[in-house]
Amino acid sequence: MSGDFVSRLPKIYGMYTGGFLLFVVALAIAEQMGLPNAWIGYVFMAATIGLYAMIGIMSRTAETDEYYVAGRSVPALYNGMATGADWMSAASFIGMAGTLYAQGYDGLAFVMGWTGGYVLVALFLAPYLRKFGQYTIPDFLGVRYGGNLPRTIGIICAITASFTYVIAQIYGAGIITSRFLGIDLATGVWVGLVGVLVCSLLGGMRAVTWTQVAQYIILIIAYLVPVVWLSIKVTGNPVPQLAYGEVLQQIGQLEQQLGVTAGHATPFVKNDMVNFLALTFCLMVGTAALPHILMRFFTTPSVKEARKSVGWSLFFIFLLYFTAPAYAAFAKLEVYSNVIGQSIAALPGWVASWTQVGLVSVCDAVDAMTTVKGCAVNGNGDGILQLAELVLNADAIVLATPEIAGLPYVIAGLVAAGGLAAALSTADGLLLTISNALSHDVYYKMVNPNASAKKRLTVARVLLLGVAAIAAYAASNAPATILSIVAWAFSIAAAAFFPALVLGIFWKRANKAGAVAGMLVGFGLTLYYLINVKFLGMTPWFGIKDVSAGIFGIPLGFITIIVVSLLTKEPSQETKDMVEDLRYPKLAKG
Amino acid sequence: MNNPVTEERRKEYWRRTLRVTAVLLSIWFVVTYVVIFYAVELNAITFLGFPFAFYMGAQGSLIVYVVLIVFYAWYMNRLDREFGVAEEG
Repeated sequence: MSGDFVSRLPKIYGMYTGGFLLFVVALAIAEQMGLPNAWIGYVFMAATIGLYAMIGIMSRTAETDEYYVAGRSVPALYNGMATGADWMSAASFIGMAGTLYAQGYDGLAFVMGWTGGYVLVALFLAPYLRKFGQYTIPDFLGVRYGGNLPRTIGIICAITASFTYVIAQIYGAGIITSRFLGIDLATGVWVGLVGVLVCSLLGGMRAVTWTQVAQYIILIIAYLVPVVWLSIKVTGNPVPQLAYGEVLQQIGQLEQQLGVTAGHATPFVKNDMVNFLALTFCLMVGTAALPHILMRFFTTPSVKEARKSVGWSLFFIFLLYFTAPAYAAFAKLEVYSNVIGQSIAALPGWVASWTQVGLVSVCDAVDAMTTVKGCAVNGNGDGILQLAELVLNADAIVLATPEIAGLPYVIAGLVAAGGLAAALSTADGLLLTISNALSHDVYYKMVNPNASAKKRLTVARVLLLGVAAIAAYAASNAPATILSIVAWAFSIAAAAFFPALVLGIFWKRANKAGAVAGMLVGFGLTLYYLINVKFLGMTPWFGIKDVSAGIFGIPLGFITIIVVSLLTKEPSQETKDMVEDLRYPKLAKG
Repeated sequence: MNNPVTEERRKEYWRRTLRVTAVLLSIWFVVTYVVIFYAVELNAITFLGFPFAFYMGAQGSLIVYVVLIVFYAWYMNRLDREFGVAEEG
């Protein structure tokens, strides 16, 4: 990639953004002229996936540096956008506002956790990892602690965390395709899988980077448009983030009328304070430990750019995250004021469409618990929809709000395209992490150091297809909402990697035995807790829920590394010199 | 700028790095955990039309995070130049 290409980037992405907006406007006009809703859905899906595939093909590569780290030439601003898309998954796009809708203040643990974690990335990891300058996180563990054992454990942890995470992305893509192509959820998951593979199999960090920048632009437009529209409609103020304070007050009044005792902004209703604190902590530390995010900071040209790039990343993420609570508030206002209290017979079309996907249930019937899927209570059968009779799955809120609020269908299609971009971009990054771990760390570094680059990639792609298929199978059984699946991945990564990475940089005395023990203990304890509490009915310790499993594993990982390191031999002078070198962007040879 | 950096200067650079890291981390801790810990009390205050704890969780703390990272990048780049360890020399 030449400097010429970099200097043309603003023009390329500027034209791309303009083109996308024109495309949306054209579809809006077509809708007014009578294009059926179903077609709008098809066109959005086909056009955006086709676009990503095209970018992928145009920037595919077989050079090692380009394939693994995009030639280390991605400017901070674009790396920020790519990291934003890589980061913001189906959970952020679809799940978060839905959770905020359902839980009010208590959902803010996700908003704070997923932004505050970048402070840890900036202060503890990004500049040092960039200085280290290899290809993957297991690379770092392998070099810093020496030998194949730390590398192998790193690989296992990276694959476990990424795999858990990718399930959620494929499930999210499945929800969207199922709703907008009118197929059932299980089939939708497989269609979503094809969308993911089209992008990621084409290959390489370079292809994924430039696709992710394109996906970021679509997802942020798709997220902001409906909220700005609602904000103007409800409050007359085009800046929803400023305007929704007033909406919160209106919600408070409606809550009183509807007999809701715990208001939207009241803390610790659905989640007690201990769990809220623990979840925020796990999400933050997890952010600073997810391999698919950390490896993005290997792609910048310098340490200086890496530091700057964390700032841009968080800024682009922040744009969506500080909008999510506004999105939730406007959605709640629409539902409370326009849906609740309607006659069942007169409910708008979106109710039926979403009921079909299984994410909305209307429980007015007196025997609703047995006759209607998804109802936890029986209704009163009066033909009017009461608050308790409407079951809205959190994952449906973002996608359904444009329809609930009666916005043109093209907005619903736009939001779906944005959600798909979020799910696909994250899935790409994750599959690339898994594929790099398999081809670079396992096959090349451990099995066959003489393998040609081409052979390594072929091996990775075959394995990748298998991994993706297993993930899709798991997703089609949808074991929990997107947000909790993702939260598990954070706890796993946090406990496995964070202590070993941070101590590896900041404490020269940390050695191989300590790191191996610490990673195993952190990873093992977290997995043990999660599985036992979630699936085997173990009584939680101190009432900590499974999503915050890492709260035990993270400190124990630190303690284990410190204790075991001190009990065993000091690392070699060579290793200490390497750590010393990490701390300075450039040392003149003396 | 190609003079080797003395051992002492290096130590000083690292000491200042650790200091700025600690300071920024403390601010991060306060706007996250202290604010959550006192959420019920802080919500009694209204800020820009929002209950204050809700505002912090939804916007305020996020803005502080962005500022912390931008400040760190700025401060460290300056420090690199001051101690002659910047990449551009």
